[in-house]
Amino acid sequence: MITAQITGWASSLMGISLGADMAWVWEKVLQATWETLYMVAIATGLSYVFGLPLGVILVTTEEGHILESKGLNRVLGTFINAVRSIPFIIFLILVIPFTRLVVGTSIGTVASMVPLTLAAIPFVARMVETSLKEIDWGLIEAALSMGASAWQVIIKVLLPEARASIVLGVAITTINLVGYSAMAGIVGGGGLGTLAYYYGYQRYEDLIMWVTVIVLIAFVQCVQMAGDKWAGKITNQRR
Amino acid sequence: MFCIHAKGQTVLIFMGSKLKYARETDRLIQITNLSKIYHTPHQDILALDDVSLSVRRGEVFGIIGLSGAGKSTLIRCINMLEKPTRGSIMVDGQDLNALKQRELRQARQKIGMIFQQFNLLSSRNVFDNVMFPLEIAHIPPQQAQQRVAELLELVGITDKARVYPDQLSGGQKQRVGIARALANDPKILLSDEATSALDPDTTRSILKLLKDINSQLGLTILLITHDMNVIKQICDRVAVINESRIVEVGDVISIFSKPGTPTSQSFISSIINKDAPDEYISNLINRHSGSYSCLVRVSFIGASAGEPVISSMIKRHGIDANILYGNIDRVKDVPFGNLTLELIGDREAVRQSMEFLKDSGLEVEVMA
Ligand SMILES: Nc1ncnc2c1ncn2[C@@H]1O[C@H](COP(=O)(O)OP(=O)(O)OP(=O)(O)O)[C@@H](O)[C@H]1O
Ligand SMILES: [Mg+2]
Repeated sequence: MITAQITGWASSLMGISLGADMAWVWEKVLQATWETLYMVAIATGLSYVFGLPLGVILVTTEEGHILESKGLNRVLGTFINAVRSIPFIIFLILVIPFTRLVVGTSIGTVASMVPLTLAAIPFVARMVETSLKEIDWGLIEAALSMGASAWQVIIKVLLPEARASIVLGVAITTINLVGYSAMAGIVGGGGLGTLAYYYGYQRYEDLIMWVTVIVLIAFVQCVQMAGDKWAGKITNQRR
Repeated sequence: MFCIHAKGQTVLIFMGSKLKYARETDRLIQITNLSKIYHTPHQDILALDDVSLSVRRGEVFGIIGLSGAGKSTLIRCINMLEKPTRGSIMVDGQDLNALKQRELRQARQKIGMIFQQFNLLSSRNVFDNVMFPLEIAHIPPQQAQQRVAELLELVGITDKARVYPDQLSGGQKQRVGIARALANDPKILLSDEATSALDPDTTRSILKLLKDINSQLGLTILLITHDMNVIKQICDRVAVINESRIVEVGDVISIFSKPGTPTSQSFISSIINKDAPDEYISNLINRHSGSYSCLVRVSFIGASAGEPVISSMIKRHGIDANILYGNIDRVKDVPFGNLTLELIGDREAVRQSMEFLKDSGLEVEVMA
């Protein structure tokens, strides 16, 4: 499937004439949208697989918290800040060797997922940290007073209580990754970014450019709305 | 319904007074030379200073003190939410300081706690909130569900089982908190200002529930409060804490009638007006400037409240008595109160009248 996509890209880059008609534009945009969706969804998912535990560790290892460990907390915090301070466009180039190692290539949608996921992990960790910190300490203390272990506090108190807030974080992360994926697209990452770059920037195809922009706007709106709705549902169920 | 319940009752019925004696001397909580220092960046705060205290099995023990006195710190040391800086805490013969993490968690399952802010999980409905401690203790689901149903019944919120805490009133939330705290059959219930966020009526009903639980299940309750009414309503014994130290401990009735420290005195006068308004008294004194008169405050506890002591005194000593101010209250069903009297008549007769009042078991204090 991946090779098929890459060949598809190659042929479309070479073979298509200017003065594109609407059907052709749609086909290109649809394919690129699908790639972006695919890339962003997987990168979001993976970044939570790693970022969520890191966020939990960030919170619980703080002074006075259930797994207090000042050293670990400081090391982790510093590392996360360091990664977050690298601009994504530079990060993208920086991790190329690692991407090659993992995927075998640094071009295409699958390859893009590596820098996207890596960049999103520290972001997600901070988002989760913020969500967990909103929880009233009294709830944690109540659980401890009943004899809960640290693990039980995390699983039964912290995560369920922060669910609505975490869901909103997922929406924000996804939207950020859409933006990042466009940057990745410029260095051959595929998706809407590549489309806009090749046709819009290098070939002055205004139509493609504008359709891409509209699709992006619509996409971001949808993600935000879905996030709000889901979070709202969680909160409302409790009222 | 509960094993404590069944045990407590049978034992009480068949062993009678011998057990009662054993119970009174049985120290469920024994705090010895407890100190707690909070280290903050700017200063060290001595929150508890060499506190020793014991709580008997089956009693309702109150700790009262002003804000910042160290009440919360003290109660939180009892389940090790705060680690004592010095001193020991024995709960049912177990030294909590000596326990490993795992053993401490086990011990905590047997020490229930309720809070001023209720601290219910908003992500769980009432039923699941009460289920929570049972999950922590790894009770099999079927057994746990049955237990939850019993507990909801006990605290009277069965109809709210599927409702989320956000939809409950403060009183209902505290009932859920109580059910949750009782889930694992604790030996002790700790209450940190459990009624301070509630209105007076709701406070009364929650206190009644606690008292019922105490007498029905034989559950020992240790509560902290800054409200003397709470102490008056349900406590057997009380400790007064002031500036990190216990300044007085005793039966509620004896502290009410004879507060030994300024702190206790001010707490008691916060709910019992001992004195008639000043200007009222000075007016009355002026009026009788012709004959000898003496202003006394008579305090009584218990039985003597029902006897016609004042009228006997008037008849026997031939004086007049003017009741200026009076107040009667009840502390745990014992009547308790004071009268401000103006005794008018012959100087010697007034003196003898006062002796008579003292002999009748009243406390007499000359005011003017
Ligand atoms: N975690 C903490 N860190 C530092 N100081 C603390 C901490 N907890 C309490 N203190 C201090 O210890 C003292 C006693 O506090 P504590 O909470 O036990 O008082 P309290 O009697 O419960 O008061 P209140 O009626 O206001 O709840 C106060 O001076 C308080 O500022
Ligand atoms: Mg307090």
